[in-house]
Amino acid sequence: MAEIRNYTMNFGPQHPAAHGVLRLVLELDGEVIERADPHIGLLHRGTEKLAESKPFNQSIGYMDRLDYVSMMCNEHAYVMAIEKLLGLEVPLRAQYIRTMFDEVTRILNHLMWIGAHGLDIGAMTVFLYAFREREDLMDCYEAVSGARMHAAYYRPGGVYRDLPAQMAQYKASKWHSAKDVAKLNENRQGSLLDFLWDFTERFPGRVDEYETLLTDNRIWKQRTVGIGVVSPERALQLGFSGPMIRGSGFAWDLRKTQPYEVYDRMDFDIPIGKNGDCYDRYLVRVEEMRQSNRIIRQCIEWLRKNSGPVIADNRKVTPPSREAMKEDMEALIHHFKLFSEGYCVPEGEAYAAVEHPKGEFGIYLLSDGANKPYRVKIRAPGFAHLAALEEMSKGYMLADVVAVIGTQDIVFGEIDR
Amino acid sequence: MNAELLVSRLQERFADALIQVATHVGEVTIDVKRENYLDVCKALRDEPAFQFEQLMDLCGVDYLDYGMGEWTTDDASGSGFERGVERSREDRPARSGPRFAVVSHLLSISLNQRLRVRVWCDDAFPLVPTLTTTWSSANWFEREAFDLYGILFEGHPDLRRLLTDYGFVGHPFRKDFPLIGNVELRYDATEKRCVYEPVSIEPRVLVPRVIRDDGRYADLNTPSGANKN
Repeated sequence: MAEIRNYTMNFGPQHPAAHGVLRLVLELDGEVIERADPHIGLLHRGTEKLAESKPFNQSIGYMDRLDYVSMMCNEHAYVMAIEKLLGLEVPLRAQYIRTMFDEVTRILNHLMWIGAHGLDIGAMTVFLYAFREREDLMDCYEAVSGARMHAAYYRPGGVYRDLPAQMAQYKASKWHSAKDVAKLNENRQGSLLDFLWDFTERFPGRVDEYETLLTDNRIWKQRTVGIGVVSPERALQLGFSGPMIRGSGFAWDLRKTQPYEVYDRMDFDIPIGKNGDCYDRYLVRVEEMRQSNRIIRQCIEWLRKNSGPVIADNRKVTPPSREAMKEDMEALIHHFKLFSEGYCVPEGEAYAAVEHPKGEFGIYLLSDGANKPYRVKIRAPGFAHLAALEEMSKGYMLADVVAVIGTQDIVFGEIDR
Repeated sequence: MNAELLVSRLQERFADALIQVATHVGEVTIDVKRENYLDVCKALRDEPAFQFEQLMDLCGVDYLDYGMGEWTTDDASGSGFERGVERSREDRPARSGPRFAVVSHLLSISLNQRLRVRVWCDDAFPLVPTLTTTWSSANWFEREAFDLYGILFEGHPDLRRLLTDYGFVGHPFRKDFPLIGNVELRYDATEKRCVYEPVSIEPRVLVPRVIRDDGRYADLNTPSGANKN
């Protein structure tokens, strides 16, 4: 009889289902996974070391580039850590804006996830649907920050500027007739809040559309039910957080248990799974999109009624207004010092965690009293999840590895840092 | 759960095993003696007063340059103030105390509390016991700390490099490792392969590192850390 040997296979780093640059060394027995060894670091840029060489504010832009599909949530944790050490109060309106954009970001992330996860295991259409909605939310990012993705909108003390009163509109061109443009601009007549409100009106219906494509789909269920099962005990041991731990049955959500900003004033529910498999985590994330939609609506209602400052009035940390700089010498000095040397953060250490769309995203900030952080450690949720890939895929088939990568919602920007 | 209760419980239970217990901005940090590190962590996980089921984060810290600025304005010379340049380490005052630490962040889901645990390493041979037997999530975090800081974890099942390139030399997050690195990589068209060469760029400091005393934060630095956040 012929000798039977295990087969070692290389997966990635350039593979469409690797969600970036994941290199997996798989040891197979037939088509069953015996060992999976992820090789990461192909996108390692040394963000933490770079942050040590720059004044605090100059690293906000790096935070966008960590998990590049949920940009503002990364900024949020970083900014919160600085605020903690400075003891800085954030104005209420800024807190509402942050809450609203955290949820916009969560929807952005989950739409990307549902599209990519679907595509990985054989559902093409949902990707196209999800990207249609993402486009509108990207426009919201652009309206407040000028950038569709890498916003750098959150600043220590608040947000960079208030929400625009007028949503940007399309203009007629050689390629777009006036009639087309009028149709495109239909929901852009009012402010950003009106545009976003219009989005929240139709979004639950869109989620229903995704669900008709997937939830009861026979192929979808065959690919996800009972795949990548994680027991509650193991989920704790492996340091899971976010939808990954909720999928295993823990009602643990930092927005509820350790509320930050104005989440304690929001009315929303935490979906949890029962079996801890890929299908349950899918259901959890879909429900999270609906809940985020609810939170956004509550924020819009409050923001419409209440105005006020959006950034702390503390000239040592936040820049003065442009008008003040034209006539006030002191404002000019403040501006110059802030954008050259920056501000010194008192000695100490802080850990700030937010409920990021992927789990607990934390920043451990150590300051020795200088204008640059002494040490920044980024606690990326995906890092702990990917470390569990071997355990989650062992004993399953080769094709299920792709489903497990998808369900972990892997993005290499945050894992490699 | 509030920080004071946690602090009193920690002091009561681990009195001899701790170097210090500190509260700052509402967060509790314990510095554990190296010989008690494993036992304390196991107790923190299992005992009903603590129940830290999750290790959320573990990282290395290099304290080599702690508290040192690059630009001091108190000794002006004939050529003006010294500018933000890479100073050689020899002309700085020597730092006292150990250089490397391993900092982990624990989370208790049942009691909704957090704790930071720090353990100091030996300078010449940084070695601490591994936590992988207590929390599985420590595996990759410790590999990362080994890769970036060269801290060794005794008993770790698979202590390989994690983030840096295959064949990388050095531990890049140490404070004496230059930001620009030591080698650069390019494709050599004549040899038809990638070649490593010493870096061709000069190190520079765009914004010097300064430490300023600020009286406004004095109240924040009190031991109790009375802070609204």
